[in-house]
Amino acid sequence: MATDLQVAPESEVPADQRIVNDFSIQVATVNGSGSQTANLVLLRSIFQMGIPVSGKNLFPSNIAGLPTWYTIRASRHGYIARKKEIDFLVAMNPETAREDVLSLEPGRAVVYDEPLKLNALRDDLIFYPVPFDKLVGEVTRDAKLRRLVRNMIYDGVLAALLNIDLQQMERALGRQLARKAKALVLNQGALELGFKYVDEHLEKRDPFWLEPMNETAGRLLIEGNAAAALGCMMAGVTVLAWYPITPSSSLCETLIDYLRKYRMDPETGKATFAAIQAEDEIAALGMVAGAGWAGARAMTSTSGPGISLMAEFTGLAYYAEIPAVIFDIQRVGPSTGLPTRTAQGDVAFCATLSHGDTKHLLLLPATVEECYTMAIEAFDLSERFQTPVFVLSDLDLGMNTWMARPLPYPERPLDRGKLLTEETLARMGEWGRYRDVDGDGIPYRTMPGQWGPGYFTRGSGHNAKAQYTERPDDYVHNLDRLARKFETARRHIPTPVVDIRDGAAIGIIAYGSSHVAVEESRDQLANEAELQTSYLRLRAFPFTPELGAFIDRHERVYVMEQNRDAQMQRLMRQELDAERSAKLRSVLHYNGLPVDARSVTDAVLVQEGLKAEAPPESPHGDVVSMVGGE
Amino acid sequence: MSSTAIPTPPKKTNRIGLEPQVYRGSKTTLCAGCGHNAISERIIDAFYEMGVDPRRVAKLSGIGCSSKSPAYFLGSSHGFNAVHGRMPSVATGALLANRELLGIGVSGDGDTGAIGIGQFVHLMRRNLPLIYIIEDNGCYGLTKGQFSPTADVGSRLKNGVVNDLPPIDTCALAIELGATFVARSFSGDKKQLLAILKAAVAHRGTSMIDVLSPCVTFNDHEGSTKSYAYVKDHDEPLGSLNFVPFFEDISVEYEAGTTTEVTLHDGSRLLLHKLDGKYDPTNKFEALRVLHETGARGEFATGLLYIEANKPDFIAMLNIVDEPLATLPLEKLRPPKAALDEIMEALT
Repeated sequence: MATDLQVAPESEVPADQRIVNDFSIQVATVNGSGSQTANLVLLRSIFQMGIPVSGKNLFPSNIAGLPTWYTIRASRHGYIARKKEIDFLVAMNPETAREDVLSLEPGRAVVYDEPLKLNALRDDLIFYPVPFDKLVGEVTRDAKLRRLVRNMIYDGVLAALLNIDLQQMERALGRQLARKAKALVLNQGALELGFKYVDEHLEKRDPFWLEPMNETAGRLLIEGNAAAALGCMMAGVTVLAWYPITPSSSLCETLIDYLRKYRMDPETGKATFAAIQAEDEIAALGMVAGAGWAGARAMTSTSGPGISLMAEFTGLAYYAEIPAVIFDIQRVGPSTGLPTRTAQGDVAFCATLSHGDTKHLLLLPATVEECYTMAIEAFDLSERFQTPVFVLSDLDLGMNTWMARPLPYPERPLDRGKLLTEETLARMGEWGRYRDVDGDGIPYRTMPGQWGPGYFTRGSGHNAKAQYTERPDDYVHNLDRLARKFETARRHIPTPVVDIRDGAAIGIIAYGSSHVAVEESRDQLANEAELQTSYLRLRAFPFTPELGAFIDRHERVYVMEQNRDAQMQRLMRQELDAERSAKLRSVLHYNGLPVDARSVTDAVLVQEGLKAEAPPESPHGDVVSMVGGE
Repeated sequence: MSSTAIPTPPKKTNRIGLEPQVYRGSKTTLCAGCGHNAISERIIDAFYEMGVDPRRVAKLSGIGCSSKSPAYFLGSSHGFNAVHGRMPSVATGALLANRELLGIGVSGDGDTGAIGIGQFVHLMRRNLPLIYIIEDNGCYGLTKGQFSPTADVGSRLKNGVVNDLPPIDTCALAIELGATFVARSFSGDKKQLLAILKAAVAHRGTSMIDVLSPCVTFNDHEGSTKSYAYVKDHDEPLGSLNFVPFFEDISVEYEAGTTTEVTLHDGSRLLLHKLDGKYDPTNKFEALRVLHETGARGEFATGLLYIEANKPDFIAMLNIVDEPLATLPLEKLRPPKAALDEIMEALT
């Protein structure tokens, strides 16, 4: 349904003083009030206008009732990291409205629910009061519906104030509420009411403005967990065992939806996969281990507390040499931590998960595209090396909506690794499950119920023939072979992405979801302080020779991580010599919010002696807070 | 002097042409006289007599004395000695990966009743097609004799310590949870145990078999309710069992009114000759009543306690393809490019 309300109100700000396509919007609402639909419609509308955009959901670990924030960043430069400063606030939540308003920098704009009288708090902001309750009464009398469509009114208000094409918003709404005709009509009414209210009652006084661009054509919007799910399906996952935990649940839930649609045998209608919600994370990985042992492409997804529970089975899979793919969508720890906040705090734990001498392959996706491609790589690597492979995503990457290029159809066949053939058996002479036939540390395996000799799999000491042994030489040979296998893996894992800036004395190393903030920070360092930086983005553990070479080229190297203890740097120091280690410095961000470029830039400038250290209590900045939730 | 050639007697083989030796495993490292070894022998007999191809058997276990025993039977099968108490999840994964496998899991009373009780519970409610044997001696043998969760109240350790806690009756628990084949036997009762094991091979669903298996080293003394002598004296068979495999359609004579016949999914038949003429193994309440009554008397009811032959198993409920998931070709696993294009289109 098109509307005749297409023209935004006249702005008092002259065109040359407008801030166009380069600002952030934050909507503060109450969890469970249906704000997610309104927020995604807003995000999608800006995206459809061709403006690079990113959205981040800051939500409580609670079913309903607590404050929740959604932050949208529009950036004509294409920056999609979180922006720390909020430019345009929509204050719908009475509980946090006061704190939210007080946290803003001067000159910012606030749309608020009129009865909250937030305009009395400050005189250096631009306030837009909107009587949401009164307006929603014009849409519906149903109390439950009023609560749900109330949020759509602010979309209409923002469309008018920010110059968002209302048709784009209606189109986005149609996408969001496809097949829900009644809800669509109601929400459309709310949108138009908001738009009309601005037209009739408010004057545009802030400088923030959106204009169509052409930077999102051919792109799509997707969450990291959904992209990973697609990767798993394309990788041919056959057994999926999982236990619900935020922020990983959406990976398996989305995967199961896709599998049900696309992986049923067209002739028989039967599934070419088995998906099980296990009784806990221990059982989930036990099922994966059993399935991997029997030849399935098996996986699970979890987060920190689940990873803790999986330690024992991970050690078994490592030592008994069983393929397993484990997605760890990291959240803030230790313990239950902040279940709905983001971090890179599981890196060191996952690298050596379980007791004894163990080490694991880690893949480190930085983008939604890599969530997809690395899902496929993880299955190939786990079967090639007959070992668990961890994909370390995080809440920011996994649960937020990101722009992406269409995900490529995989052309490579599946790498099922070293399955015993008659020829290999002849070459081997006598069957030995753990015999290093090729000198690369990778043995040949047979699958239960398939061709080839049987063997006994155990987590206790075993020799090359898989027989129980406590002989010292057998143990040492086995451990050394496993180390050799790990060395072989260095040549097969994804190599870092390196960008060398000629003459740069400084290098930055980052991984995972820090990537987008670091990219923007490099521009800030160059533009604001004329500080050129080279960049190495790690994509896997163990490290490859590119890491040492990169450090050698630079005088100082900053390692950016989202944890307190510089966990990746700790792993590097284990492998690097003293000279290289001495060059490493840390930039750490671990407050649970997605890292922003300004934080990285400031930390580097302070350590370079180009900026004074910020006072410990900044009046503005990361103020998104929450008390009382669980 | 003329000599007459003595014909070599034909080698003994089973219906698929394999010799008994094929069903043996490596030499046991358990104590001489351990009940677990007797159970291994019965497994060897049952699988030989049923003509099961060892290459399609997956034998799994947890940790403990009992869990060592899969090494001692079916040496040519694939085996998996998993972590303590969590074998059910490994078995679940393995059997989903390849539904053609015949799964046999061996656990102990500590492995099942303590750390593994959670996985045991969920295995029973899923009705995964798996033969699950508890080699039950009421103690931890591998760590030198501590009480396990199935030790009876009043059981006494060699050093005089008395167990104050009630035992977990794994059979009653399994029946409550929906297991479809629940039996209790005694490692010293060759005939009964063999019949139960053969029927378990034919059953489609979880076959839970608790086998009282006295520990000759740590729990075979006076005062123990899991000693060989005590079990022998307090074994209360519900009746005698006969198993007739589908390939051996012989008639068995029983007096009318005292025999129950259960047909299993492959056409095999279980014939139960009742001692007291009352017991009905398809009646869940009856099974629980008998377990409680014999337990209260300090006796062990043995035999087939409960069977539900036609309930769909876990793999059937998941509606997965008939061929093993483990070996599906790429074209069955990776949706065509058009599917990805469709998904991408929906996300733009």
